[in-house]
Amino acid sequence: MNLRWFLTKVVGRIVLFLVSIIYLVPIFWMFTTSIKDMSQVMAYPPVWWPNPPKWHNYIEAVNYIPFGQYTLNTIIIAAGNIAGVLFSAPLVAYSISKIKWKGRDVLFLIILSTILIPFPVIMIPVFIIFSRLGWINTFRPLIIPAFFGGGAFNIFLLRQFFMTIPEELSDAARIDGASEFGIYSRIMLPLIKPILIVISLFTFLGSWNDFMGPLIYLQNEAKYTLALGLQMYRSTNYVEWPLLMAAATIVVIPTIIAFYFTQNTIVESVTLTGLKG
Amino acid sequence: MKASTSRRNTLYGILFALPWIIGFLAFTAYPIFASLYYSFTEYVGIGTPKWIGSGNYYNLFHDDLFWTSLYNTIYYVCLAVPIGFVIGLGLALLLNMDLKEIGLYRTLVYLPYVLPAVAVSFIWLWMLNPYFGLVNLFLNTVFHVQGPGWFSDPKWAKPAFVMLAQWGAGGSAVIFLSAIKDVPRELLESAEIDGAGWWTKFSKIIIPMISPVILYHLITALFGGFQIFTTAYIATNGGPANSTLFYVLYLYRNAFQYSKMGYASAMAWILFVLVLIITLIIFKTSARWVFYRGG
Repeated sequence: MNLRWFLTKVVGRIVLFLVSIIYLVPIFWMFTTSIKDMSQVMAYPPVWWPNPPKWHNYIEAVNYIPFGQYTLNTIIIAAGNIAGVLFSAPLVAYSISKIKWKGRDVLFLIILSTILIPFPVIMIPVFIIFSRLGWINTFRPLIIPAFFGGGAFNIFLLRQFFMTIPEELSDAARIDGASEFGIYSRIMLPLIKPILIVISLFTFLGSWNDFMGPLIYLQNEAKYTLALGLQMYRSTNYVEWPLLMAAATIVVIPTIIAFYFTQNTIVESVTLTGLKG
Repeated sequence: MKASTSRRNTLYGILFALPWIIGFLAFTAYPIFASLYYSFTEYVGIGTPKWIGSGNYYNLFHDDLFWTSLYNTIYYVCLAVPIGFVIGLGLALLLNMDLKEIGLYRTLVYLPYVLPAVAVSFIWLWMLNPYFGLVNLFLNTVFHVQGPGWFSDPKWAKPAFVMLAQWGAGGSAVIFLSAIKDVPRELLESAEIDGAGWWTKFSKIIIPMISPVILYHLITALFGGFQIFTTAYIATNGGPANSTLFYVLYLYRNAFQYSKMGYASAMAWILFVLVLIITLIIFKTSARWVFYRGG
């Protein structure tokens, strides 16, 4: 028993500590590179913490590319996506969990099966639809689809949440003469507010981190997002490492904040979805 | 009365699902068939597609870069999926320990998973820089070994991407962890009373109990592996010597750089069929190793 205590508490701690360090080092290395000058970047042995730190890199980094414009573009797209997902995902989730109609199980199955479609299979025709509409180089292809989908995982999560709400609640409202939409918007949506916040954060992360979408649809440099803009610190044979790492640090910070608010819920949502059979 | 209620429900059911249904038809169902049609045509993206029968497929089978990209991708998947599984499960077991500060460790290990792929690619391009990267500096200082060129060496570029992917293993670790936490305590305790050791508990109780999650992880990891794009686009853009020209990267080039939409659609459909076959095989064999609790 003593040996086991020793193994978990002492050896376990040491292993976990080392593993965490390994996972943390790249983030630390990004940050310390962002406050070095070029000679410290190439120094051997490596400089762990530059003295004095060159905070000015951050000012240079945001002036090297239209950083403010790209931040605004990224925020517009992310906000549009959040609005779209919050509109469409709860509606369809409500339909397949709270309204008793014949096709709902089939619909649920179709929603789940969309996960099994690789993005490249639909990417080209969707691009052609948007280019026929003249939407290339606008944010519309990156926002509008969210209003007509919501993401299979989000819908799945919402459905599980709706199913925990007792039927009596909506039945009572129906007897009182409430319309189906009234029940949905005045009773159901307020009840699922916590999960709506989580889904918003997920959507924010997905949209903020998206690279392939903006790469395909935004060709005009003025329309770039931050993910596309990060490439501009690099030319064919030269990389502005300190500036690039400073910009990367700024881009990463909002995701860390969003992550901080979602981390516990992610574990809970896995439990909730009954993924474990 | 009954019939009218059910008709009313059907009406509302469809009405509430309507945005999703419209989106599904426009952005999923139609594109699937359209890309199948395009795959039999020559199409630059504007004008009308010209029917060429199986021409694209014939040309693909004679395109060395197609085979290179397929080989690179399968190579990557065969390494990244098993390694990712072992590391994800290992992390989950570590993070399942009963320690006071375990929450902090979970946060640290999970964090890299949510970072933007572009930033992650640049961080690792820098970490694996042959001369000034931390990894080679470490190898040099501690082991006195000259580290490889990583992303600039055709032999080491694919393993470098496998390594990069493991930085995000916290994502699957969290899913495994919550599954492990859900294994009934009585089961483990009664096994302990019967004298079961650590390995027996792990292989005879934990693994079967979390097997549905393992199945889920396996399928999503395969899908993710076959579709590796952003990290490769940023870190190597296919080089050196096409050693990291992955499937979707080559597909992207055909579609959006060479305007060969028909050719790229044929590639997309080959990928689709390939991934579906693998998924079907996994589902078929899963009956033998996935254990569903009654309920």
